[in-house]
Parts: sequence; C-alpha cells; structure tokens
Amino acid sequence: MNLLQSLGHVSLVSFAKLGRASLFFFALLRSFGYLVTRPHLIIKQLYAIGVLSFWLIIISGLFVGMVLGLQGVYTLSTFGAEASLGIMVAASLVRELGPVVSALLFAGRAGSALTAEIGLMKATEQLAGMEMMAIDPLKYILAPRFIAGFISLPLLALLFSSAGILGGHLAGVELLGVDTGSYWSQMQASIDFYDDIVNGIIKSIVFAILITWIALFEGYDAIPTSEGISRATTRTVVNSAFIILFFDFLLTAIMFGSH
Amino acid sequence: MIHNKSLEILVGLFVSISIAALFFMALQVSNFNGLQANTSYEITANFENVSGLKDKALISMAGVPIGRVSQIQFNPEDYNARVTLQIDSQYNQLPSDTSASILTAGLLGEKYIGLTAGGMDEYLQAGDSIELTQSSLVLEQLISQFLFNKSDD
Repeated sequence: MNLLQSLGHVSLVSFAKLGRASLFFFALLRSFGYLVTRPHLIIKQLYAIGVLSFWLIIISGLFVGMVLGLQGVYTLSTFGAEASLGIMVAASLVRELGPVVSALLFAGRAGSALTAEIGLMKATEQLAGMEMMAIDPLKYILAPRFIAGFISLPLLALLFSSAGILGGHLAGVELLGVDTGSYWSQMQASIDFYDDIVNGIIKSIVFAILITWIALFEGYDAIPTSEGISRATTRTVVNSAFIILFFDFLLTAIMFGSH
Repeated sequence: MIHNKSLEILVGLFVSISIAALFFMALQVSNFNGLQANTSYEITANFENVSGLKDKALISMAGVPIGRVSQIQFNPEDYNARVTLQIDSQYNQLPSDTSASILTAGLLGEKYIGLTAGGMDEYLQAGDSIELTQSSLVLEQLISQFLFNKSDD
C-alpha cells in the first residue's frame, strides 16, 4: 500500500510540474510582444549568455576537433584512407558533436547560471517586489533571457563546429601530415549544406529552446531557500543533459533516417 | 557591469563572428551553391543495372563535372532503371548520340555517370533520352564470370 501510494504521489507531483512548466512556456511566448520595443533587455542577456560562453565553446571545439583528427588518422590509416579524414571530422562535428556537445556545455555554463540567478531573485523576493511595482517579471526578467538563449546556442554550435574543423586540420594536416588538399576537397564533396549543416542548426535550435526553458522554469519554480536553489541548479544540468541526448536520438532518426 | 556601449559592441562582435562561421561552413566545408542560380535541363537515360548509383551523384564529361543525377526510378515496362540527369544549361551542346556509362571513382569510391560525346550534328534537348548506355559493374557478377572462364580453360 505504501509503495503504491508513493508511486502515485511521485506521478502526481511530476505531472503537476509538467503542467506548470507548459503554462510557464506559453506565458513566456505571450510576453515576446513586450520585448519588441525593448531590445536592450535582450542585448544585455546576449552578453551574459552568449559572449561569456564564447571562449569555452571555441577552446572545447578546437580540442574536440584535434582529438577527432588524431583518432581519425590512427583509425583510417589501418585502411589506408587517411585522405578521407576531412569527411570524418566534418560529418561528425556538423551532424552530431557540434550541436550536442555545445548544448551540453551551454547547459553547464549558461543554464545553471540562469537557474541560480532566477532562483536567488525569487528567494530574495525581487520577483515579488517587481510584481508589487506592476512590472511583470515574466516579461522583464525571464523572456529576454529565453530569447537570448534561443539566439546564442545555434551561433555557439556553429562556432564549435568551425573551431573543430580547424582543430582537425591542425592535428591531422599540420601534425600528422595528411594532405591539406584532400582534407578540404573530400569534405566539400560529401558534406551537403542543407542535409548536414542546416539540419545541425535545426538541432541546436531545438536544444536551445529546451535548455533555456528548463533552466528558467527550474529557477522560477525553485523552493526559495539555499538548499532549494542548489537542487534546482543540479536538476537543470542533469535534466538538460538527459533531454538533449534523448532529443538528439529522436531528431537524428527523423533527419538522417531516410538515407 | 560593463558599460552599455562596449557591451553592445561585444554582442555585435559575437554575432558577426558566428555569421562568419556560417559562411565558412557554407563555402569551405560544404558544396553550397544556392547563391548562384544555375539553370539546368533534364535528360533521361535507361540502364540495365544502376546498383550503387545514388541521387545527386556526379555526371562528368572528360572528367569535368557538368551536372548531377536528380532521380532514379524503376521502369516497369522494360524492367530497366530510368535515371534522370540534370545537366547545367551552359553545357547544352551534347551530341544526340552521346553515350552514358556508370563508373566508379577509385576502387571503392562513389559511383558516378560518365558521358562520352558522339559525332552527330544534332544536340540533346531537354526531355531527350540517351540511347547508348553501359550498366554499372557488379563485383559479384565479375568474379563469377572470371571463375567460369577459368574453369573453361
């Protein structure tokens, strides 16, 4: 009986949370009109979310690309196919690693910061204070952060992939002596702009919506104590990681399944 | 907090570097050619066997790419494969007895279609069909042929 009751309790609590999260999402979408006349709110958040993640993304991308270059050469040389290194590096970065790894880094770097910031605003009753002054915190605080995250992550994913392709060039061509001409020409011959690059961008747009939604909702829904905020921040990173990987599988099956 | 103006400059820089990355991907990494509106015309060719040929495979003449395969269909009337070839319209002077063969780039490479010009004065028009075709090599058939020839000796 106790087991059944706790199972029921857990399901009810999680369904209620899912419902609150959906209502929160629609309220966010409704408040976009408010921002059309106030773009400076978004720019400030673009700095905090996008610009400050820049070097993390560039350096991670560079090293992921360099590792791909090294491992690619070691593996491909068993088949005598080092010339195809460019295809391997570019395809894996543009289709999978670029969107997914940058989304995971983004959840750790920007998502956790968003949750902690909103949670602390709630705990120190800044959000309640704004409501007292007839300023809707959803429009003034949360919606600009949502849009900034939505814009930043696809851009960061593009930077990650570009840095990775250059890193692969650095490791494969400069270090291990693969021919630079075959690196670029084989890449160009087999990477399609719409099938590969645009699909990668679509992936990162989906991830951007999911991560910022989760991060903002966890902060907004956090129990306003120091423990509650710490738990909400952890949940943001963990749930984002799960959802990114799950949706990546789903989107890959839809986008690349027909080939 | 950083001053408002330098903050905006940094955001502008971030966005422009990202867009530069998109251009890098489009031009250097992929075969993007959507900006130049290259018109093309379509001709068809019937092959007995197209195994290994894919959509968007290259069509080359004298080693120069002049178009791409746009469609591969099974033709139930003569049990052949009908391949639609999309040729750039700047190459509109192919003789009407041009022959098409399915070739392989390298030992294990991609299949592509090689065109060889004939000697007629008339040119292929959009919607025309190439009569002289050579099917793709199927490795298994080749090996079994070789083995049969060996056993005859």
